[in-house]
Amino acid sequence: MKIIVAGCGKIGRAIVKSLVAEGHDILIIDTKPEIVEELTNIYDVMGICGNCADSDIVSEANAGEADIYLAVADSDELNMLSCFIAKRMGAKDTIARIRAPEYNDNSLVFMKDNLEISMPINPERLAAQELFNILKFPSALKVETFSRRTMEMTEVRLQEDSVLDGVKLLDIRQKFKAQVLICCVQRGEDVFIPDGNFVLRGGDRIGVTASNAELVKFFKNTGLLQRPVKNVIILGGSRTAYYLAEMLIDIGADVKIIDKDENICESLSDSLPQAVVIHGDGSEQELLLEEGISTADAFVSLTGSDETNILVSMFAMMNNVKKVIAKVNRDEIAPMAERLGLDCIISPRKIVSDVVLRYARSLENSMGSNVETLYKLMDDKVEALEFNVRADAKCLNTPLKDLKLLKNLLIIGIVREGAVITPSGMTEIHAGDRVVLITTNKGLGDLSDILAK
Amino acid sequence: MNYRIVLHTVGRILQIEALLMLLPLAVSVIYAGQDGTAAIWAFLIAIGISLALGFFLTYVLGKNNNLLFAREGFAIVALAWILMSVVGALPFVISGEIPSFIDAFFETVSGFTTTGASILTDVEAMSHGMLFWRSFTHWVGGMGVLVFVMAILPQDTGRNIHIMRAEMPGPIVGKLVPRLKDTARILYVIYIVLTAVEVVLLLLGGMSLFDSLLHSFGTAGTGGFGIKADSLGGYNAYLQWVITIFMLVFGVNFNLYYLILIKQFKTAIKSTELWVYGAIVFVSGVLISFNIYPMLGDVGDSVRHAFFQVASIITTTGYSSVDFNLWPGFSKAILVVLMFVGGCAGSTAGGIKVSRFIIAIKTVFKDIKKMLHPRSVAGVKLEGKKVDDKTINSVSTYFAFYFIIFLIIFLLLSLEPFDFETNFTAVSACFNNIGPGLSAVGPMGSFSIYSDAATLLLSFAMLLGRLEIFPLLLIFTPSMWKKK
Repeated sequence: MKIIVAGCGKIGRAIVKSLVAEGHDILIIDTKPEIVEELTNIYDVMGICGNCADSDIVSEANAGEADIYLAVADSDELNMLSCFIAKRMGAKDTIARIRAPEYNDNSLVFMKDNLEISMPINPERLAAQELFNILKFPSALKVETFSRRTMEMTEVRLQEDSVLDGVKLLDIRQKFKAQVLICCVQRGEDVFIPDGNFVLRGGDRIGVTASNAELVKFFKNTGLLQRPVKNVIILGGSRTAYYLAEMLIDIGADVKIIDKDENICESLSDSLPQAVVIHGDGSEQELLLEEGISTADAFVSLTGSDETNILVSMFAMMNNVKKVIAKVNRDEIAPMAERLGLDCIISPRKIVSDVVLRYARSLENSMGSNVETLYKLMDDKVEALEFNVRADAKCLNTPLKDLKLLKNLLIIGIVREGAVITPSGMTEIHAGDRVVLITTNKGLGDLSDILAK
Repeated sequence: MNYRIVLHTVGRILQIEALLMLLPLAVSVIYAGQDGTAAIWAFLIAIGISLALGFFLTYVLGKNNNLLFAREGFAIVALAWILMSVVGALPFVISGEIPSFIDAFFETVSGFTTTGASILTDVEAMSHGMLFWRSFTHWVGGMGVLVFVMAILPQDTGRNIHIMRAEMPGPIVGKLVPRLKDTARILYVIYIVLTAVEVVLLLLGGMSLFDSLLHSFGTAGTGGFGIKADSLGGYNAYLQWVITIFMLVFGVNFNLYYLILIKQFKTAIKSTELWVYGAIVFVSGVLISFNIYPMLGDVGDSVRHAFFQVASIITTTGYSSVDFNLWPGFSKAILVVLMFVGGCAGSTAGGIKVSRFIIAIKTVFKDIKKMLHPRSVAGVKLEGKKVDDKTINSVSTYFAFYFIIFLIIFLLLSLEPFDFETNFTAVSACFNNIGPGLSAVGPMGSFSIYSDAATLLLSFAMLLGRLEIFPLLLIFTPSMWKKK
């Protein structure tokens, strides 16, 4: 597909990187020649240097022929204007980064409709939503929601002495009296899509799907359950922190935000009267101890520096904070941090590029039973795909056990008439269903691709 | 330096070269009755060596680890061009048609770099297969071998732009479409179509198929190996005009043809470089016509020969329709000046390139203005866009290096026992990838007069000219070869 990315800051780059890996034709626009040059050196993309709200530049980029036009420059207004120009020139879909809180309330709907923006994205809000999902259910390292929030996959890490150590997957339902499905297991660097004979070990990171009630039962019976957080310290007063604090306050948690910048602190305390806002340097251990880090349930480090986030988070872990989350943006650092014991890491850039990728994929597959959404799990090693089943799909009305599926592929849920079916060998796929599956095979574009050849 | 990917890619180039040699092999087979079988064996052996060496480099010594940066790009291009010329010289030596390896190397370098300077004294004695290979190297070298490789081989890295930048001539190298591979393909399609059109037009003028093909190869690559003793002098006026026009066509930036293809005529026609190029050709042609009219005594002939020579020299092709060595001094002076100008950036022509001159002259004016109005703020514009300081800098650097190297080569060549005009034009003809110079190396002369050392020096000058100095110069820099 022809995709134009206007504005190549941190987010823009992450998007370009993942779109190039998917094999799209990419054209980038940025005002800084050195950025354009650098990106065209690293990736196979074409670059134009200029202002993305200048119609001459947009037409030079041939926006009329673009399938997706993405504006992710720093300024919201610029992005909206740029998308508007591209849309008027004939771009099929436009995506704009709009992140100022005042544009993200009622005015968003108005602007989306009138500027014909296909999808506004707000990276900070997306990141805050993901953080909130984790804090709401702190046993989890990560919670992924599928199929318009009707299904969830929860990632947890087993303790070394876990009761699940040495248990065969076949025996789980019986032993712990919970209807759960273990979808994927990460052990060290390897990721497995397990079958019934797979044996779990302590230290594994597993992805589990089940209905909410079954999941709670499972966690209770295996000793993995933790209560929702009550007392959260957030380091760094970014927009993400603001959105997160707002959501946490809504469920009645105590929130403390620490930031170095006095102006930021003041505006936060204006807009979030229920939160305690502390003005000070959060990388000082003294301050953290004084603010009661050792009694907090959760600690979230959201400063602009990956290194600070990692170090401060490790300090929080030493002080027995049960749930520690660090924002780490650079891909190459995340695995190192994980080796140091920080297994709960979020990267706003990755969240955004996943959203865009998902969008691009679903556009591309408007034929056959299409990929509705795509999720990347377990450090991008596993993909979860959601398909709308059309009447012409090849695998209809046959029990799953009789289908010859690809290796390393597991159907984890079938959504029929709004209800989630956790599939067994006898389940059949019907036209009109939505199928969620998980696989380590990359690049599946159609439901028919799941059959082994 | 990541040696393994450099060797891997260079090995690939040799494999491709072996494939390319299949064509002259076929020609040799067709003409076996006339020329004998020596050429067939020569090509077979050369193909074998090329393949063996290619596979050895690619799979034994090299490895594709995708770590390709600017310096690897330069090294790949420089090494590939040298090795290609060494292997390409083999058929001439093996068949015995050019017994000296150094001479054969010169001839092949001259072919690949689209120079067209020859050490042969009797071209017409060569076998058809060898003549074909000689001209075919022009065609291959014109657009660039590595660009060709990018067009056909699967690739999974975006970093190949470093290779393209090192191989394509001109101050600014950009892509036509987002993907490098597609860009390379588009360029080659345009190249092939234009060549085919020329072949057809030459056939219509009564030229034989073999001659049409070879002359078209020479024109397309702006090479200029003649296959007759008097180059194109023996052909009729129509054929000479066709060649004139196509030489000029191949001296234009190929991006403009792409713009025409996607129907952006306005942008294409507004190109400053195109207009300046056209103006230079027109003015030089008219001046020379007046200057040689008293000598030839016929308006049609004067205009035709004047424009033929102007087109041939400015596009750095090097065909000749008459022996312009006998022309008056003023005409010869214009031609020598044109040698340095060269064609447009992004074409197959050599020389310094019109766009570099435009940028340099505009920079000069800007600086003069700055002296008069010290506080004035002004930029340099080309094609309606501001040229960034980095490009202006690189153009100035290029001019500086160009003249320093020119002078060094000229000084060294002056050790040879020939007159000033011969040596000076020999260096300009080789360094600018033109072919014939004046006096003893004029259109009717030959480079065989030079000693082995001088022949190697001139081969080196041709490579420097084709790759625009830096790739080749960088491989002589010690820090280039440090392991990372």
